[in-house]
Amino acid sequence: MAKITNEELLKKISDKFHDKVALLGEPFGLLTLETGKEQIIDVLTYLKNEPALLFGYLTDITAIHYPELEKPIGVIYHLHSLANNVRVRIKVFLADEDVHIPTATVLWNGANWMERETYDFFGVIFDGHPDLRRILNVDDMTAFPMRKEFPLEDPNRVDKKDYFFGR
Amino acid sequence: MQNHPVYTDNDPQNELSTLNLGPTHPATHGVFQNVLQLDGERIVSGVSTIGYIHRAFEKIAEHRPFYQITPLTDRMNYCSSPINNMGWHITVEKLLGIETPKRVDYLRVIIMELARISDHLICNSVLAVDTGAATGFFYVMEYREAIYEIYEEVCGSRLTTNIGRIGGFERNFNAIAFSKLRKFLKEYPGVLKEFENLTKRNRIFIDRTKDVAAVTAEDALSYSWSGPILRAAGVDYDVRAMEPYSSYEDFEFEVPVGSNGDVYNRYLVRQEEMWQSLRLIEQALVKLEKEPPDIFHADVPDFYLPPKEDVYNNMEALIYHFKIVMGEIPTPKTEVYLAVEGGNGELGFYLVNDGGRSPYRLHFRRPSFINYQMYAPMSRGMLLSDAIINMSSLNVIAGELDA
Repeated sequence: MAKITNEELLKKISDKFHDKVALLGEPFGLLTLETGKEQIIDVLTYLKNEPALLFGYLTDITAIHYPELEKPIGVIYHLHSLANNVRVRIKVFLADEDVHIPTATVLWNGANWMERETYDFFGVIFDGHPDLRRILNVDDMTAFPMRKEFPLEDPNRVDKKDYFFGR
Repeated sequence: MQNHPVYTDNDPQNELSTLNLGPTHPATHGVFQNVLQLDGERIVSGVSTIGYIHRAFEKIAEHRPFYQITPLTDRMNYCSSPINNMGWHITVEKLLGIETPKRVDYLRVIIMELARISDHLICNSVLAVDTGAATGFFYVMEYREAIYEIYEEVCGSRLTTNIGRIGGFERNFNAIAFSKLRKFLKEYPGVLKEFENLTKRNRIFIDRTKDVAAVTAEDALSYSWSGPILRAAGVDYDVRAMEPYSSYEDFEFEVPVGSNGDVYNRYLVRQEEMWQSLRLIEQALVKLEKEPPDIFHADVPDFYLPPKEDVYNNMEALIYHFKIVMGEIPTPKTEVYLAVEGGNGELGFYLVNDGGRSPYRLHFRRPSFINYQMYAPMSRGMLLSDAIINMSSLNVIAGELDA
């Protein structure tokens, strides 16, 4: 099968979802889309099952934190169509007070641990996840360590301060 | 929220027994735990607990300049750390738009394929040990040492290599490295063949591995498996062939594919990949003859540290050295995903950059982490001894599991 171009892919998605899916760009040829959490499962299902696309391989789920944005937590899906050999990246931004998003485990079993990892580090709550608990950090941890406000080291430590270069 | 799996069973009526497999059991080859419910020797259910050696690499990476993240990648899959290093360099080069010379690409292919051989030979020979055949392990282990000696000539270290730099290598391959490489290429095929003769058609080995833990292609894809175990299930997905990096498109190699994803198929796929890796290295050596022998890095003074002699004697080099170390060179504000074919599968680097000296966010798609999540569900109904073999052939590396 010939490699599907990003324009064709974008056209198919916008024909189906209209303005619910926005184009964020094509960094290094990887089509990046943004959608809302209401239709994320519909978008993923469409991408997975549409015979011309077949994004059947979930490469990764992760998140990113932009503290200064109105919706600071971004959940990022990387999908790969092995049949067409093309990748797509989908982002969903969530507000701080409502970090809920439906789970993708209904589509891929492999989403289970990826979502647990995202919950563990960013506190994103995947609604409907069968077993949403911490995976790499200790169970009684209270913070979500990959958020930007979480310091890498104890901030009261002075022995590593480099006053000369201000690092 | 119930956090811990059940460790003990106080109910006298319960006929099932609980077994803690790990965290430091020799058969698990790493620090991770499975709490298994056993009915006799058959597994009824299991819960995997991981995270024992989590070191927060993604958080640390947000505070380190790009070139200081290489040693962090070493410590993920430490059986084939050069692949992780190269994957990271190639990601940064893609972000910065650096074109590496062909000679660098070919040298990288040599190092990456050596790493793949060292990864697979450990996995397959330890699989043989777990089935009760320790001899083959000692035959091939000698050649992991030979590979480590080649790394040593190239970068000075053996296990956690920190090999290469952004843009190329820190130094050229010397004559000893090439002679050790040629010696390895001459001697290793015979040993690999001997190891194959010990195992491939061995009645005991086949009885222990054939039809054990068979996985359908649908299940493997649904669990986002990648690497040799996905190919053993019959899906011909190899990042080197699908999205060539480091000039893999210049090479001829085959992607071996298995049929039913059982342990024996995984063994066969890894075995054949080692032969293909040898083929790739030989092709790379031929191609290198046509390349200028003194080029070992791209001409990117903004990101490639100049040699120390120049830093002390040449003002321009000193300025560049200072700018690189102080991180004063602007980088593009964009995001990049790059995958390389690691020892265990698709090793992805998702790098979001905000223009500074360190990543805004760096995520590692670690194949062991994603491959391993099927382990507990697939162990259900399996004999305990088969579950051990299964774990061995998944080649789970604790460092890559936890990052």
